Amino acid sequence: MLEVHHIFKTYEGKPLLNDISFNVDTGETICLLGASGSGKSTLLRIIAGLEDSDAGAISFDGLDLTSTPPHLRDFGLVFQDYALFPHLNVNENVAFGLKMRRLPQSEAMQRVADSLEMVNLSGFGSRSVTDLSGGEQQRVALARALATRPRLLMFDEPLGALDRTLREDLLNELRSILHQTNIPAIYVTHDQEEAFTIADRVLILQHGEIIREGTPAEVWANPESAFVAGFLGLGNVIDGKVIKKSRDGEWQVESEFGVFTIRCEHKHQKGDIVHLLARPLAAAKEPNVIQGVVTDVIFQQDRFRVTLDKGLYVYLPNAPKVGERIEVQVKVECLA
Amino acid sequence: MGRTISHGDAEPQRSLFGISAFSVPLWLKRILLWLLPLSFLVVAFFYPLSRILALTFDFNTFTSSNLLLALRVLRFTLYQATLSTLLTLLLGLPSAYLFARYDFRGKSILRALTAVPFMLPTVVVAAGFSALLGPRGLIHTLFPFSSFNFIGTLTAILIAHVFYNTTIIIRVVGNALSSLDPKLEQAARSLGADPPRLWWNLTLPLLRPSLLASSLLVFLFDFTSFGVILLLGGSQFSTLEVEIYLRVLKLPNLPLAAFLSVIQLICTIIFSIFYSRFASRSTIQTAPRSAESNTRKPKTLKERIFVTSFIFLLTSFLLLPLSALPFRSLFRLEADRGQRGDVQYGFTTDYYTELFVNRRGSVFYVPPIQATLNSLGYAGATVIISLVLGFPAAFALAKPTRLEKILDPLIMLPLGSSAVMLGLGFIISFGAWLTSPLLVPFAHTLVALPFVIRTLQPAIASIPQRLRQAASSLGASPLEVWKNIDLPILRRATLAAATFAFTISLGEFGATLLISRPEYPTIPVAIERFLSQPGGLNYGQAMAMATMLMLLTITSILLIEKFRLPNSGEF
Repeated sequence: MLEVHHIFKTYEGKPLLNDISFNVDTGETICLLGASGSGKSTLLRIIAGLEDSDAGAISFDGLDLTSTPPHLRDFGLVFQDYALFPHLNVNENVAFGLKMRRLPQSEAMQRVADSLEMVNLSGFGSRSVTDLSGGEQQRVALARALATRPRLLMFDEPLGALDRTLREDLLNELRSILHQTNIPAIYVTHDQEEAFTIADRVLILQHGEIIREGTPAEVWANPESAFVAGFLGLGNVIDGKVIKKSRDGEWQVESEFGVFTIRCEHKHQKGDIVHLLARPLAAAKEPNVIQGVVTDVIFQQDRFRVTLDKGLYVYLPNAPKVGERIEVQVKVECLA
Repeated sequence: MGRTISHGDAEPQRSLFGISAFSVPLWLKRILLWLLPLSFLVVAFFYPLSRILALTFDFNTFTSSNLLLALRVLRFTLYQATLSTLLTLLLGLPSAYLFARYDFRGKSILRALTAVPFMLPTVVVAAGFSALLGPRGLIHTLFPFSSFNFIGTLTAILIAHVFYNTTIIIRVVGNALSSLDPKLEQAARSLGADPPRLWWNLTLPLLRPSLLASSLLVFLFDFTSFGVILLLGGSQFSTLEVEIYLRVLKLPNLPLAAFLSVIQLICTIIFSIFYSRFASRSTIQTAPRSAESNTRKPKTLKERIFVTSFIFLLTSFLLLPLSALPFRSLFRLEADRGQRGDVQYGFTTDYYTELFVNRRGSVFYVPPIQATLNSLGYAGATVIISLVLGFPAAFALAKPTRLEKILDPLIMLPLGSSAVMLGLGFIISFGAWLTSPLLVPFAHTLVALPFVIRTLQPAIASIPQRLRQAASSLGASPLEVWKNIDLPILRRATLAAATFAFTISLGEFGATLLISRPEYPTIPVAIERFLSQPGGLNYGQAMAMATMLMLLTITSILLIEKFRLPNSGEF
């Protein structure tokens, strides 16, 4: 399906994308996750053909698309600000791509109706797009992209302008639509919850490079770097120094929060600086303990987020008192 | 949001002229955009300008008599412009205060009314004042024993200038005044400032930049005024502009005309520089605030007297000349030339029916209806030419590169040079083509182009690039993007720009008077001819034509207001 080969791009002399390669397979949804400035939107535009890369190639089913103009790529694109045509009504917006493909009127009308039904907007056809709410506008944009039955769908922060509950609803709908239609999709976002919900595979971008790639479960279980762990909010990222090897694959690491025992495959030397991830969930069988004075307790539905005096946090089923000194057993992993 | 980088100039524009970005590099596309408008400017403006300059540096130009004449003319031009500006301020400032501070019934209508004169052709304004105050005007015929002269006096010129430009003061100073924070005044009051000292120490200093800017703009318009001075004052009031006209058509001396144009150009450039200085400062000073909170109904007796008297004054000042014109065109108030015995006074449509008659049966005489057709033809051609030139320039300027930001004022330059000077430049440069009917629409395009570009540019800039990207990702080729996205969205702005060009062409007087062939007069030129000929019938026909032109212009103004984007700027 879609293959992205060694894409390079600089912007005003600064590298923006640095040797990006990945594939998207049939029916797969991949998510490009990264902070602003990571280059993810530019990458999307390069794939769409709206921007040229400095080097590298985009191909689909083995056919090189690098010099194919965007309108001939047959990739659907959904923008954060919807980009609905203000002079056209809902039906006309959705029919736009079909008109460009010169589909017969009757077939086009049927497809428009189908697409609008898919996004739960049947009956909105003759409304003006400027009268719609943000969520409705984004549904129209989605229907518009779906109507042409593109061979790839791309989403550029499609839910960024919507409020939280609406975002969750739309995200679930989008998930089921993508499964239904089996269209491969690339979804760009900076929100890890969104990414983990929608994606079959997540690609995390930092400074124009893919630093982690895997299924949401893989990435969650093994972030592999301090940046990913921090960016995804997996727990407390702690800087430490290796003080000794207690046995094969087990090390003693000293940090400002105490000494931790970690197991890992890395070949550490005494004195190495390492990053540790202290997961916030209390885990009874773990050898490591974090301790401190409670400074803040936040209620979070089924648990309490408890902040300690040195900035670490843990999740506890019962709320301790602020000022109380507590000790919690947690899992501490090595991020290398 | 991961969209901070590379949204600006890095995005290639793929939708222009349907040429794919893959085949044409960016710089070439920009050159293609600028090719037509810039070559037009070079040929129609800069080349004539250089010819005028070249002609000036003729050794025979700098004789003492010429220098003395230039000095005398310049002095009078400055004198009348200063006087006009002061009088305009005298009416404009209280009116600005009226609009900025008070609520009253019909306020929006009165505000719209103040803007009407600004767009009216000079011949219409001149004809309107003539119909009201001239020797054949309403006042004179209704009160036959009133013995005042109006036409041919400095007073007439000054009043017409005030009539034209009061709206500038009202708009600029009024906007500044209504955007002043009322809390500042409250603070000053609580610190012990009485109303006069409040004005002197707070309000006036805050208004200074906008006062200076608007006064300079008014001064600039008065300085280069032509039609009003020629038609209401007569050629004895020789301002630079009138003198240039005389030295081209009546007492031909082209080098002297060129010399006077250069003096005028230098003056207008200096004034414009000062104007843009003050204008930029006045926008900084006035913080954006809602204009409503400052206005209220007049309460005290003094306030009510002020409001009522100024509403009355403004309304009658603006409406009387404009209504005297159509009235006079429909009423016979005197004997027509050659009429003996019983003269039918009263309502008549003769002046209109007469427009279609070639009474003199002469081949050299052009019936007025022909002038109307000429005007419409020229206006149509101006619309086409200025849109063809304006679209690419507006496209380039909607997303300008650094170099193109320099080109922007260049495009606006013809606006600053006077109409008669443009005409003179055409005569010197294209004398051989003076028989060509195309010369007039080209001159009109020069005047209309800045307005066309300024109308199109914000509309083009307001179309988000994402709309074009969305369309192209849906399978629209660059040409289809242009056809299905840009064009429909730009339709209103295009209509507004076209109407602008049309109106400007219809009313253009100075340049046309110089370059139009006698057998192809336009409406304003024909009106000038009728006004300068004796007899009630000629006068009546001038009134009839001026009325038609006025109605056409007012219709156009209404259309422009309807088409224009609600938030696109003023000029």
